[in-house]
Amino acid sequence: MSTTTTQASLGHPAIAPPPALGTVTLKINGVERQLEIAPWTTLLDALREYLDLTGTKKGCDHGQCGACTVLVDGKRINSCLTLAVMKEGADITTIEGLGTETNLHPLQQAFVDHDAFQCGYCTPGQICSAVGMLTEGKAKTTAEIREMMSGNLCRCGAYTNIVSAIEEVLNQPKA
Amino acid sequence: MSMTNHIGKPLNRVDGPAKVTGGAKYAAEFNVPNLAYGVAVSSSIAKGRIRKIHADEILAIPGVLQVFSHENVPSLAWFDRSYKDDVAPGGSPFRPLQGAEVKYSMQPVALVVAETFELARYASGLLRIDYDVEKHDTDLETKRDDGFEPGRGKTGWVPPPKPRGNPDKELRNATHRVEAEYIHLAQHHNPMEMFASTVEFLGDKKLTVYDKTQGAFNSQQYIMKVFGLNKDEAHVISKFTGGGFGSGLRPQYQLFMAVLAALELKRSVRVSLTRQQMFSMGHRPHTLQYVELGTNPDGSLAALHHHALHETSQYEDYTENVVNWSGMLYQCDNVKLTYQLAKIDVATPQDMRAPGAATGSFALECAMDEMAYAAGIDPLEFRLRNYAERDQNANKDFSSKKLRECYHEGAAKFGWDKRTAEPGSMRDGDLLVGWGVATGVWDASIQKCAAKATLTADGHLTVLSGSNDIGTGTYTIMTQIAAETLGLPMAAVTFQLGDTTMPEAPLQGGSWTAASVGNAVKQVCDKLGEQLLKLAQKMEGQPLKGASYEDVQFVNGQIRLNSDITQAVVIRDILAANGEEKLEAENTMMPNPVNQLKNSLHAHNAVFVEVKIDPELGTLRVTRVVNAVAAGRILNPKTARSQVLGSVVWGISMALMEESVMDHGFGRYINHNYSEYHIPVSADIHDIDVIFVEEEDDKVNPLGIKGIGEVGLLGVAAAVANAAYHATGKRIRNLPVSIEKLML
Ligand code: FES
Ligand code: FES
Repeated sequence: MSTTTTQASLGHPAIAPPPALGTVTLKINGVERQLEIAPWTTLLDALREYLDLTGTKKGCDHGQCGACTVLVDGKRINSCLTLAVMKEGADITTIEGLGTETNLHPLQQAFVDHDAFQCGYCTPGQICSAVGMLTEGKAKTTAEIREMMSGNLCRCGAYTNIVSAIEEVLNQPKA
Repeated sequence: MSMTNHIGKPLNRVDGPAKVTGGAKYAAEFNVPNLAYGVAVSSSIAKGRIRKIHADEILAIPGVLQVFSHENVPSLAWFDRSYKDDVAPGGSPFRPLQGAEVKYSMQPVALVVAETFELARYASGLLRIDYDVEKHDTDLETKRDDGFEPGRGKTGWVPPPKPRGNPDKELRNATHRVEAEYIHLAQHHNPMEMFASTVEFLGDKKLTVYDKTQGAFNSQQYIMKVFGLNKDEAHVISKFTGGGFGSGLRPQYQLFMAVLAALELKRSVRVSLTRQQMFSMGHRPHTLQYVELGTNPDGSLAALHHHALHETSQYEDYTENVVNWSGMLYQCDNVKLTYQLAKIDVATPQDMRAPGAATGSFALECAMDEMAYAAGIDPLEFRLRNYAERDQNANKDFSSKKLRECYHEGAAKFGWDKRTAEPGSMRDGDLLVGWGVATGVWDASIQKCAAKATLTADGHLTVLSGSNDIGTGTYTIMTQIAAETLGLPMAAVTFQLGDTTMPEAPLQGGSWTAASVGNAVKQVCDKLGEQLLKLAQKMEGQPLKGASYEDVQFVNGQIRLNSDITQAVVIRDILAANGEEKLEAENTMMPNPVNQLKNSLHAHNAVFVEVKIDPELGTLRVTRVVNAVAAGRILNPKTARSQVLGSVVWGISMALMEESVMDHGFGRYINHNYSEYHIPVSADIHDIDVIFVEEEDDKVNPLGIKGIGEVGLLGVAAAVANAAYHATGKRIRNLPVSIEKLML
């Protein structure tokens, strides 16, 4: 004997209309960018889908993996857990704003030198997270780096080299 | 072979700068014009039939373009063979959106396409679907007696060899005997990048498909057959892949959906799956294993019996080699290996890093530890005493096997001689310390592969082969091989992959890419080198006259005589001097069938693990790992080490964390996200040492490459479980080794 069921039956029949578009201005990597988005667009999707800044990655869309880490006013956040409209006026830095292929940020260079990635998909998030962590100034030891980088998953398992790369930059004499 | 300039050097990845700056583009990152977004809808039931999809309700939302389901999908290819990809197992492949039947929970049942991603996601959550629900069965534990032996499996599957000797009798007569069951639940690959396809619609039926895959050609073949496209229409590109681990070996359903929507809507479409949907596809199957071992008075293995039963779907018979390894890893004359499947209502399992071997080595290597303890022999000594000099399954010699060196070098580095045997006898303050060892064996395969090399007048060499780089370092090692072969600096060489307009390469899997593409690159560069030499010999006053290819060497940007290296021609000058713009060579590398058949071709490893366990809390940390690997020639110790480090992390993950927990009430994996499906974070990973044991092998393939993507994972989970036993005296045979199991 079979029974019946209905998927997504909650809330029906009322389907709320989608939210209206509005103009949002975001300051990203020092440049003001205007975009037409609805309030439900996350900062992550705004970057990837509306601004073609695809260096910031999506690994879960739920704040569970850290692949989407960017710096907002110098602090590392999961861009999938914030709405773009909430960051008007803030200073947003993505991986594209840290360095270029011919002029790498010291952490980017250290990641290359230590082979701190394999597939590279978690890498921009790891690097932005590490930049944020170094600014926080709390991690002094290997164990502390490991602890404070634990919000960034790496399925390739590059942790050993990620930690070495960060240690190298942490221990570099300040210019 | 006088290869020393680039091969074997710990060079940085050539694609590193692109990856650290965000410049490397993955499948969902090609923002082509006029893009529509598709979101897949997953079934809420595990078994039954769809009665109705209320598409009209969400089509009323402005901006929702279409809802694709079996109710409106046009008739496509009819025969099963059109849906079979390169590595499809036996059975009838799943056809997305082509029938009312629901075969497993979270089966894709509809695709909602809208103007924006947000809108498609919103509408997909509102899509009402009526089902007739049938009773599902998702519990392998109840199928112990319902196993069947698979008929023909997928490519690469080898049925277990026939029993040898008299295992039943020898087990009865053994001096010491152990038997136990070992279990792990399903595990999901979960590469960081979720499956996505961006299909650019170029008019008529012409498409450019940016796909997340481990084989662009496999994706191309699939969409050609299913949608009736020709090669030109089905151009597939996959230059960067955010991890695969086997999940990208078969085309996943988002590819079908994105192509379908693009062709129907005549518009570019992207479909990205969610992390939750990454649990709606292939996985390492839930497996029950039984191992029985017996020893002779001298501690040699008298008999071995290894049985495995794992799940498969109702529609395909997924197979992997679980038990075969047990017949070749140790010398044993009385062996019985058996293997069965049982059908339940899940998606077809799929190869996941070291498929079968990761599973089999967990059981065998735990059992070997138990046997060593039962016989009163040190676990390492026990393995050395039973060392296999030949492959008894195949009755062949190994082309090379430096496993003994792995044991010795690994043990020395680890300090194994300081181990005291008694469980619970080693401590670090209040913590219990456990040391465990295990070992593994994996195929050293090679596949047919084509490549093309072009030298331009500016002295730059470009080599193409449509392979993949899923993080394996393919870009880098192929650049090294090409630069080495033609004596050029790394900067003068570009290696390109991941495009179906390039010469065809095999799927990236089975640890065969380095050997297959590597030897293809070497051959095509040699071919180009021969042409280059002929051209050089036409130059005026050149000193290479009459020299054959064997008489010269390509070093430091020159072709020079072996007999007098001061007699040389600069490679950069050759084309210009002959008035040529470019020089090209194309070639298909075929594996040498004689060597392939004559020898047993395998890589090995030995892994040593230290765990520290808090006896009051049951918390376990893997504090130290030494993994010694014998895998032929190591092309780049830096990227190779990374692969083995990653494998160790995978092994720790398998041992301590990974399990896709099935709620049999719903027939669904309940921990289907990254916060509940645990994988290690940085704080979980401590000291890992990788040793590459020297292993020269001129029989396995011309470059002596065995591949290292998988072998490093083998034995890690067993070594952790064995170390946990050494620390606590508790045998955990049911992965993962978790706190509650240690405390009970
Ligand atoms: S995508 Fe934001 S945390 Fe995973
Ligand atoms: S490098 Fe692949 S997930 Fe981190």
